[in-house]
Amino acid sequence: MLVVEGVTKIYPGRRGRPDVAALKGVSLTVGRRESVGLVGESGSGKTTLTRCILGLERPTAGRILVDGKDIATLPAAEMQRLRSRVQIVFQDPYASLNPRMTAHDIVAEPMIIHRDTLGLDARRRTDRVAELLDLVGLGAQHLHRYPHEFSGGQRQRIGIARALAVNPELIVLDEPTSALDVSVQAQVLNLLHDLQQRFSLGYLFISHDLGVIRYVCDRVSLIYRGEIVEEGPAEALFAGPRSEYGRMLLGAMPDPDPDRSPFR
Amino acid sequence: MSAVAGNIPSSAAAARLQNWRRGLYRFRQSWLSVVGLAIVVLLLVAAIAGPWLVPYPEHVAGGINTGARFKPPSAQHWFGTNELGQDVLSLVVAGSRVSLLAGLAVVTLAAIVGTVVGAVAGYVGRWVDEALMRFTDLMLTLPSLILAMAVAAALGPGIANMVFAIVLSWWPGFARLVRGEVMARKEEVYVQAARALGASAPRILFRHILPNIVSPIIVKASLDMGFAILTVASLGFVGIGVKPPTPEWGVLLSLARGYLPDYWWTAIFPGCAIFLAVFAFNLLGDGLRDVLDPRARR
Ligand SMILES: Nc1ncnc2c1ncn2[C@@H]1O[C@H](COP(=O)(O)OP(=O)(O)O)[C@@H](O)[C@H]1O
Ligand SMILES: [Mg+2]
Repeated sequence: MLVVEGVTKIYPGRRGRPDVAALKGVSLTVGRRESVGLVGESGSGKTTLTRCILGLERPTAGRILVDGKDIATLPAAEMQRLRSRVQIVFQDPYASLNPRMTAHDIVAEPMIIHRDTLGLDARRRTDRVAELLDLVGLGAQHLHRYPHEFSGGQRQRIGIARALAVNPELIVLDEPTSALDVSVQAQVLNLLHDLQQRFSLGYLFISHDLGVIRYVCDRVSLIYRGEIVEEGPAEALFAGPRSEYGRMLLGAMPDPDPDRSPFR
Repeated sequence: MSAVAGNIPSSAAAARLQNWRRGLYRFRQSWLSVVGLAIVVLLLVAAIAGPWLVPYPEHVAGGINTGARFKPPSAQHWFGTNELGQDVLSLVVAGSRVSLLAGLAVVTLAAIVGTVVGAVAGYVGRWVDEALMRFTDLMLTLPSLILAMAVAAALGPGIANMVFAIVLSWWPGFARLVRGEVMARKEEVYVQAARALGASAPRILFRHILPNIVSPIIVKASLDMGFAILTVASLGFVGIGVKPPTPEWGVLLSLARGYLPDYWWTAIFPGCAIFLAVFAFNLLGDGLRDVLDPRARR
């Protein structure tokens, strides 16, 4: 359902410094209910790509299509509907939740913004918020708490509940576990994996860690300095990477040990 | 559900209460801010209930007592009497109402105007920002005293005109503060999240940005309150603000000027009142900063 076609993003250099080409002709596709991994080191342009997909940033060149329609030329009403179908979970759960809003208000907000499509009144929204929090493993006693009262893992669960609130078809996960304690990373990954199975979600799962991708994704793209250097089924990549960068990444990975997998 | 653990807030109201308790605790950590708050409360009581509290309400209303001119402080007249035989304590207490009301009006209006201008400039950006900030800087360069004189000359004297004149030169400070805060908050990830969700501009401004910048606005308002009272008093002192016989601290000070140093009590007590108000609102502002703006905490 998502097609990224030759997207280039150039940030103009400030104060005499040269321009930054964050993305150079990036192409990838995410089919319905498909889980695609995007792996690259820090600074390779992953977040820039998500910002382009969400319409927060305009690509310098190239197109982003959702169900065959270019989001750059979409009428406002259709773009609004599309925004409810594509959701995002951000990397930093400390920065991505408004500190002045309770968990309830944070998770209810997408339903308020898209009330025309969802048609939920205030009461039913509150019921659904409780349901969603339960779904991500937070009890109803957390409903009226503020973000600073939660741990990093709990905050990310709230972020996930917010992304699920409007029944999206595709969720962009921008390194959803990299800012969390190692001890809770596996739990959150498990949760994301379960949710995907349960609701047949499409994932664009971004990470700098191949190990994380391995258990969640059907296909993988490797991005290096703003360019896709390898793309293909996950098994193929792990069986034998074709690119230099892929070999380097796999070489740096600890031996796959099923006992240490987060999805035992 | 009845067995909810003790410290888990069970409703939005309880959660808010818990946050308040925490804030109050931080406030009490600094005894200076408690002193500031106590003096501000005292001033508020004087401003509200003054006419019923003062020993000589008839003097506040303009009555004079030529038989008791320039009496030094005594049990009968704690702050002594002035050239008209009026009780200075009564006048100073009554003056708190004028000073606080005028100060509050100045700060509130300046905060509202400044927040609107600053929020629009910071949020919309580009040429709107450019134009609004040029105008703001222009207003900032006008000296408030001269502006007040010009307004008094053009519109005539009076408290309302004086407040208007001070607000004219006061709002740019708020506009600069709010613009900077809005521009910083606009880049926050939670604002990006709201934008990605399709939230409207008013929603982003009112739900996500403004609630996160009320703290610095309130802190500035409190710190400014003392200076606004001082400005009102200065204008009263030089004779282009509040006019006698309205008992205002600057006016009282101005009238006492001719009788120094012999009848020092006619000047010292209104002067102390001004000093106390400026001092108290500054302490309160600092305390509020600790409570509301934990980032700035040491
Ligand atoms: N707003 C911006 N202005 C200028 N350069 C930017 C901006 N955002 C990102 N970049 C640059 O683009 C490159 C890619 O950044 P990013 O997409 O955040 O990478 P990643 O998410 O993979 O770590 C980096 O070199 C970064 O410095
Ligand atoms: Mg990133």
